[in-house]
Amino acid sequence: MILSILIAGVAIGSIYAMIGICYNIMYSTSKVLSFTCGQLGMIGAVFGAWFIGDLQWPIWLGFPAAMLVGVAFGFITELIAVRPVLKNIDQHLYVLSTLAFALMVQTAAAIWWGTEPRPFRTLIGLGSGALAEKYWLPVVVCLLTVGTIDLFYRKTLWGRAFTAISEDPGAALALGIPERRMRVISYGLAGFVGALAGFVGGQLLFAFFAIGALLNFYGFIPIAFGGIGSNRGALVGGLALGILQQVANYLVGGVFVGVVIFALFIAVLVLIPQGLFGSSAARRV
Amino acid sequence: MSTFSNSGKGVADPANPGRLISQFAPLAAALLIAGILPSFVDNYWIQIASLACIYWVLIAGLNLIVGYAGQLAIGFVGLLAIGAYTAAILCEKLGVPSLVALVLAGCSGAFFGFVIGLPSLRLKNFYFAMTTLGFATIVTQVALGWESLTGGGIGLPGPVFPAPFNSSVGFYYLVLAMALIATYLLRNIAISNFGRGLVAVRDAEVAAEAMGVPVVRLKLVTFTFSGGLAGLAGALYAARQTYITPDAFTFDLSVMFFIAVLIGGRGRIVGPMVGTAILTLLPEIAAPLVAWSTFAYGLLLLLVVLIVPGGMADYIDKIFKKRPIANRITAPKVGVISAVISRAGDKAATSIVVKNVALAFGGVRALDGVDLEVQPGTIHGLIGPNGSGKTTLLNVISGYYAANQGTIFFGEHDIAGMPVQSRSGLGIARTFQTPRVLGNLSVLENAMLGAYSQFSSSFPLTALGLPNSRREDKAIRERAYRALTAVGLAHCAESRADQLQHTEQRFLEIARCLVMQPKILLLDEPAAGLAHNEIENLGTLIEEMCSLGVAILLIEHHTDLVFRISGHVTVLNLGKVLASGTPSEVRTNKEVINAYLGT
Repeated sequence: MILSILIAGVAIGSIYAMIGICYNIMYSTSKVLSFTCGQLGMIGAVFGAWFIGDLQWPIWLGFPAAMLVGVAFGFITELIAVRPVLKNIDQHLYVLSTLAFALMVQTAAAIWWGTEPRPFRTLIGLGSGALAEKYWLPVVVCLLTVGTIDLFYRKTLWGRAFTAISEDPGAALALGIPERRMRVISYGLAGFVGALAGFVGGQLLFAFFAIGALLNFYGFIPIAFGGIGSNRGALVGGLALGILQQVANYLVGGVFVGVVIFALFIAVLVLIPQGLFGSSAARRV
Repeated sequence: MSTFSNSGKGVADPANPGRLISQFAPLAAALLIAGILPSFVDNYWIQIASLACIYWVLIAGLNLIVGYAGQLAIGFVGLLAIGAYTAAILCEKLGVPSLVALVLAGCSGAFFGFVIGLPSLRLKNFYFAMTTLGFATIVTQVALGWESLTGGGIGLPGPVFPAPFNSSVGFYYLVLAMALIATYLLRNIAISNFGRGLVAVRDAEVAAEAMGVPVVRLKLVTFTFSGGLAGLAGALYAARQTYITPDAFTFDLSVMFFIAVLIGGRGRIVGPMVGTAILTLLPEIAAPLVAWSTFAYGLLLLLVVLIVPGGMADYIDKIFKKRPIANRITAPKVGVISAVISRAGDKAATSIVVKNVALAFGGVRALDGVDLEVQPGTIHGLIGPNGSGKTTLLNVISGYYAANQGTIFFGEHDIAGMPVQSRSGLGIARTFQTPRVLGNLSVLENAMLGAYSQFSSSFPLTALGLPNSRREDKAIRERAYRALTAVGLAHCAESRADQLQHTEQRFLEIARCLVMQPKILLLDEPAAGLAHNEIENLGTLIEEMCSLGVAILLIEHHTDLVFRISGHVTVLNLGKVLASGTPSEVRTNKEVINAYLGT
């Protein structure tokens, strides 16, 4: 019993962690926290279900196609909701522009796909019970994602360029790093990771238009805990949140889980605004 | 004297009937139309008009949060739901009379407004938006899940008001009256020092603290007030719907409220009112597209943010608001200063004494055991190379940084642990290296901000528009106008502050400090970017303030100015006092010449 609760918690926490990483990737090049991250997960789940379910495409075709939709959505986010408001980043208009765009996407999905949750087809069919695919797949993919991105940031020239931009965009630009192109690429990458989270989490969360808003919130909590920009923090925070949620579900049950998590979220944010793994805020005057 | 009071009253001058009429004519016309509406439209449209009034009660309060204070509270639908459920539960389960329930719904809204205001003290922007969004989600979930209280998905009947408010026309007049009251309260706050303080929190929080705005208290009071209005609106909403379920409080309502404020313009009243009317009508006109209404709200929000981030009001401003005349000259009238800064019966001379102050940022010792004393009625020059710690010292004195060691005494007060706004209340005023003025407010209103901590009227009394608060406002308005005259900006008093040139904004900051009637004035590079004659004017201004007993700490790189007007000069280098003495001692000091002045 306890084991199955833990397994479910780790599985769902991995999905949250991946959405958290999606926030991080966008933030690294633009200092923008975007309300579209959760919607990316929804897109991965809904388009995945459509391609491999409704359209009966094979996985080798349906998976890349769903990822492609995610990447495209990432590009569009950058183009219409982020780039126009970056000039006055200190006004934080991106909060509203990305919220507006996320709302549009969610409504469009609700109308096109329907408002009922639909099942997501089993992909590989390996394992059963507590070790069913829907539990281990998100965990494995999440760990792979964190590892790959970590290697990419530390070992490749492109990855180092990303790091440079996130640390000091002005200096990076002066060094000849194409800041705008890097930003566009990062949004594509974030689109990929977000859609991937929805795709591998589809069997657990279902292909449902409303999971976007849900993932938005539960994906943000890990990075608020772990500190923005820290992918490992997102991983730790995501897993902790998933387990906490499942345990609370078992102990308290029902709607009050949401209340408890929300209250904890506020409390932690107010007490340690920079998160556990983040660096403290800069000077004001 | 009389010349000042004639021209110094500003835009909302109640003694000027012409202006009064032009200002209130549109409002009176709107009111007349709203009043006779039931006699020429059918029941259906009366209900729509009622809904617009109910929305406005909420949006009037939200306007203070979003439009004035600039807090991205996107989850106000949660407060609407709380008001609605409070009223419905009280009436249905406890048999409370509906009008009492209405009042109690306002109280519960105010309480939860306070609660969602709490995170705003620490969290900004996306973080805060996310917490309010989470709040709205939680409220809906609880309404769904707590079936014994809320009826869950089945819902509850809304309160039914007694006659004459039980007919749709009677109810319409009730909500219209509520909307009028909300407008009246909003207007009184908006044009008061609280309104200016909120805009300062939005556009220049750092400067707001320096002017004595108690940011924490002001935010919480405003959230409580707005929550109260939202709670009232919720109860009225429940009555209008006759039956409420959690579905009635979807997130798109929240977005709609938000757009209504943004589209009308931040920091305005009529704009958001028009926005509310349009957005309430929109679904009626575009009925076939009802499934797409959320999409439309999203699109509208995106378009507003991308195309008119300042709202419609900004465009109207650009056309109508008085611009400062071209080729204007800033000609200070220093003789006026004495009329501005004389505090009746408050002549106690106070000096500031800094002892052995140290502050390190990581491994950098920005201040390393600094001693400094500024006497009333003297000018103390503070010079030194870039990065020597001058501004850091100023920030420690005004309270933005807490020193790691050392003491700071202002007269008898140990101010080292005091928050910024309390220090300004004691009479410590400062300017900033980069002027921090409120671009959307008029020059006069900017200057008035300096006297923030001298207003005694409380928020509720100001909201009610009692004569005392208006009297205070008038007195400060006149003082601010004199301060503008003193620094030579009186001819721009009615212009928006963002239309001033950079150098004029520096003088505006000084005027703002003058209005505070400071005992000590900390000037952070006031001459930077000024032309030669402007520096002369600045010097004269500073000397005049000094001769009236103000202590002046002057950070400047124009050493000729510093040496000419200062009685005492301290030189900082690498966080330490390199030399301290009279100008002639300092300027011939070998070390100072080597480290800073050059030969």
